Amino acid sequence: MSTKLWTTSYYALAGGLTVLFLFPLIWTGYASVAPAGATNQQDGFGFGNYVSLLEYDAGLGRYLWNSAYVSILTVAFTLALSIAGGYAFARFTFRGRDTLFLLTLAILMVPYSTLLIPLYSMLGDLGLRNTLTGLALVLTLYQLPFAVFMMRISFEAVPKEIEESAMCDGAGTFGVLTRIMLFAVWPGLITVGLFSFLAAWNDFIAPLVLVSEADKAVLPVAIANLRQQSMGAIDFGATQAGVVVMALPCLVLFALLQRHYVRGFMSGAIKG
Amino acid sequence: MRYSRKLAGALYAAPVAAFVLAFFVAPLLLVGRMSASDWPLLAGDLGINLPDNYAGIADNPLFWPAVGFTLKYTGIVVVILIGLSLLLALIVADRRKGTGFFRTAYFLPTTLGLASASLLFFGFYSPAIGPLDPLLESFGLGPVSWLGTPTAALWSTVVLIVWKFAGFFMIILLVGLQSIPPDVYEAARLDGANRWQSFRHVTVPLLRPALGLVLILSVTGSLLAFDQFFILTKGGPDNSTVTVVQLIYREAFQRFDLGAAAAISVVVLAALLVLNIGQFRALRRDDQ
Repeated sequence: MSTKLWTTSYYALAGGLTVLFLFPLIWTGYASVAPAGATNQQDGFGFGNYVSLLEYDAGLGRYLWNSAYVSILTVAFTLALSIAGGYAFARFTFRGRDTLFLLTLAILMVPYSTLLIPLYSMLGDLGLRNTLTGLALVLTLYQLPFAVFMMRISFEAVPKEIEESAMCDGAGTFGVLTRIMLFAVWPGLITVGLFSFLAAWNDFIAPLVLVSEADKAVLPVAIANLRQQSMGAIDFGATQAGVVVMALPCLVLFALLQRHYVRGFMSGAIKG
Repeated sequence: MRYSRKLAGALYAAPVAAFVLAFFVAPLLLVGRMSASDWPLLAGDLGINLPDNYAGIADNPLFWPAVGFTLKYTGIVVVILIGLSLLLALIVADRRKGTGFFRTAYFLPTTLGLASASLLFFGFYSPAIGPLDPLLESFGLGPVSWLGTPTAALWSTVVLIVWKFAGFFMIILLVGLQSIPPDVYEAARLDGANRWQSFRHVTVPLLRPALGLVLILSVTGSLLAFDQFFILTKGGPDNSTVTVVQLIYREAFQRFDLGAAAAISVVVLAALLVLNIGQFRALRRDDQ
């Protein structure tokens, strides 16, 4: 095959696939503002569907708050646990170290759905069912294997000399951690924070099972319920507006933190 | 000094240890006990009833259809996903004009959540506002009921999943492709290999670890499918697209039987452990 024909077919294929991959994304943005029957946007283009969302049930503001609260809490729990744990696994020897590390990674082997049934019952006993804090704790559980693994390799990559010179200056292990190590591992922190935020923001089955009160619903559950609004008829316009609202933070984070995205996948590849 | 350092290490690890015990080990033990107990959703623990919950699984009229459907869905998704993501990775692997743009375009759907993507396609396939029927109509075709028949619902969901995840697996395979040293290709070229031969005999064997990871991730993810069917097809039409995880959800929260749900959960866990150990062994044997 001649080089020119090869190049032409390469770009035809790559371009055609680009259209297929981008089309649904562009369509949802379009459909959220385009006029359509049985929606709040009947005549001409406009933001009627977003207005429906603002007024839907407890209101978009409430659901946004719930989702943001759960996501930020999950990031905080995940970072706190994986910083302390990663530091311990990377720099200390203590009894049960390897067992605990393997046990943490073993969370990956157990399907989400297997743990949700007992967690539903346990959270009820602890008074944490139907609370956003309880939900954040469960979401943290599934971030832990990746986060602890990531922080462990991040701490291990810091040269020991830096730590030792600080120790000679009289700093304790905690001082070394907060004053030196955290600055050295910040790319790992961003990757862990990014992935736990996205996982919590997008999770569907855990909030569906663990939180049943309508005004505590997170965005994905609220938008999925929204479909049954207005006397059994499905409000497709508001649904697509909801998809846009859920997708925007993810797209913005992707645009800002592209490098850290790929970093996370790379460590995933090493893991396997 | 040695002693205090050991203590410090244990102290830093203590939060993770406490968390893993409380939220992983304890529920794992509890699911075993629940699966052996009469445990209605509202009444709670009514005592051991072994082996009723396990015996009941085989009598559940939805169980075998759900297993069959989940396996069929997994087979289709895995084959298409690996094929397409390999194609995408090959397209964007070379540094030529436009590959950065193509890479971003193929990856963008991955940034969405699975529930968001499912809701997107719920509208995309709908006769009310979906763009597909008007498009077909302009060619004098359609309309098509994208979710109306069991076959259509299955393939429509496969399209959603492939769209959502192909870019993710593309990145893993891309990392694998980029770790193949260029001089291996050079050697193959000097030996007179054409494009296809160097792909078949150089790329594929050296890409094996990355392909293995993609295989394990896509198999596990598909076997545990829930969001896409819960949102897009709601298990229908006629319960034709109920997956195993959906069955667990139904037993627990629509039929209010946590014991039965726990028993299915334990079976799923055991099946996945066996499968994953099998896959690891097979891949490791191939490596040697």
